[in-house]
Amino acid sequence: MDRIPILKMGEFLLVTIQVDMHDQLALQLQDDLTRAIDRNGAKGVLIDISALGMVDSFIGRMIADISGMARILDAKTVLVGMQPAVAITLVELGLSLPGVATALNVERGMRLLRQTLAESDDDANFIKR
Amino acid sequence: MTSNGTLVSALQTRRQEILATWLAQLEHISASSKGRLSSKDLGRQADDFLTILASAAQAHGTDDAGAEGWQSVREFLEDLSRQRVLAGFSSDETATFIFSLKRPIFDALGKVCSDDAENLAEQLWAATELLDKLGLHTVKTFQASREEVIGRQQTELLELSTPVVKLWDGILALPMIGTLDSARTQIVMESLLQKIVETESQIAIIDITGVPTVDTLVAQHLLKTVTAIRLMGADCIISGVRPQIAQTIVHLGVDLLGVTTKANLADALALALKRNGISFVKH
Repeated sequence: MDRIPILKMGEFLLVTIQVDMHDQLALQLQDDLTRAIDRNGAKGVLIDISALGMVDSFIGRMIADISGMARILDAKTVLVGMQPAVAITLVELGLSLPGVATALNVERGMRLLRQTLAESDDDANFIKR
Repeated sequence: MTSNGTLVSALQTRRQEILATWLAQLEHISASSKGRLSSKDLGRQADDFLTILASAAQAHGTDDAGAEGWQSVREFLEDLSRQRVLAGFSSDETATFIFSLKRPIFDALGKVCSDDAENLAEQLWAATELLDKLGLHTVKTFQASREEVIGRQQTELLELSTPVVKLWDGILALPMIGTLDSARTQIVMESLLQKIVETESQIAIIDITGVPTVDTLVAQHLLKTVTAIRLMGADCIISGVRPQIAQTIVHLGVDLLGVTTKANLADALALALKRNGISFVKH
């Protein structure tokens, strides 16, 4: 069975969805990603969905769920490269993904991840002092 | 077919007489349509129409104006309606063209069968039925042509109303003009999102200076667009909120929290530039 690869880059995880998602694949990804965050102690997750041309309500909710789970596991999630058609579909389905950071492409997404992480490090240092 | 022989022959033998009376009537009626159609054109149209009407009546009888043989008459009327739509005639003015032919034909029939009352009644009925059918067909085509014009204008409006403008590197603006309905918002949203992808712009400014009123539906459309832009990874600023509209939005209880709003496009551009780390120095 095919899986969506999860790449580790330093303290970040990179997930690029290059195929059209079907339900089983989405469930598998949810499982794999949560495990990977836990195992690697990842601080940030970047999900690239630029190749995802269409979503249905299930996949839409899956994307929202995965982002939510990553956040609970204390990893910042950035969703990058959403296509216009996908964005419109999600909005029409009422899935506005509150609390999920978004960026136009992987490069900007990475920058955003580093930024938010640097800010939260500052907060942590402040509390220690 | 044979029973209406009198009508057919009257159309041919008394053609000049019918044409003259008809033209006099048309002139009288169309006094209001001055300038849109010259009396020379009108005369030519009437002449042509009588010619094909007579030939169709002779060849195919006057019983059924919907039949195959009457195709040429119908086509003539369709052309005529179309021309009149473009010239700005009203539907009743167009229909009168046909209905005003009744009087001359009745007169001619009266003279032909002056001594045969039964036949006259029958012929009059046949003529009325025929002209009514042709008149209705004219009105129908007139309306269809007009709807065609309206449809074309609507699509043109849709195309006109969605210009996405690049204000700066990474900053797009969308000046919205006119009332926002679902269909328009959908097109606006799609073209804006597409442009964001193409230009990799981080900030989109939606300017609603040209939107006359904002109701809950329009506000909802705006919110949807803003959310979609955010999902794509860009930011959205709404500008051009007039005092009246600000009041309406608050009274409607629409939640615009989390959406950056500015009073005018200049302020929005200044904010967008600032967010992109661009600043100006005056020398």
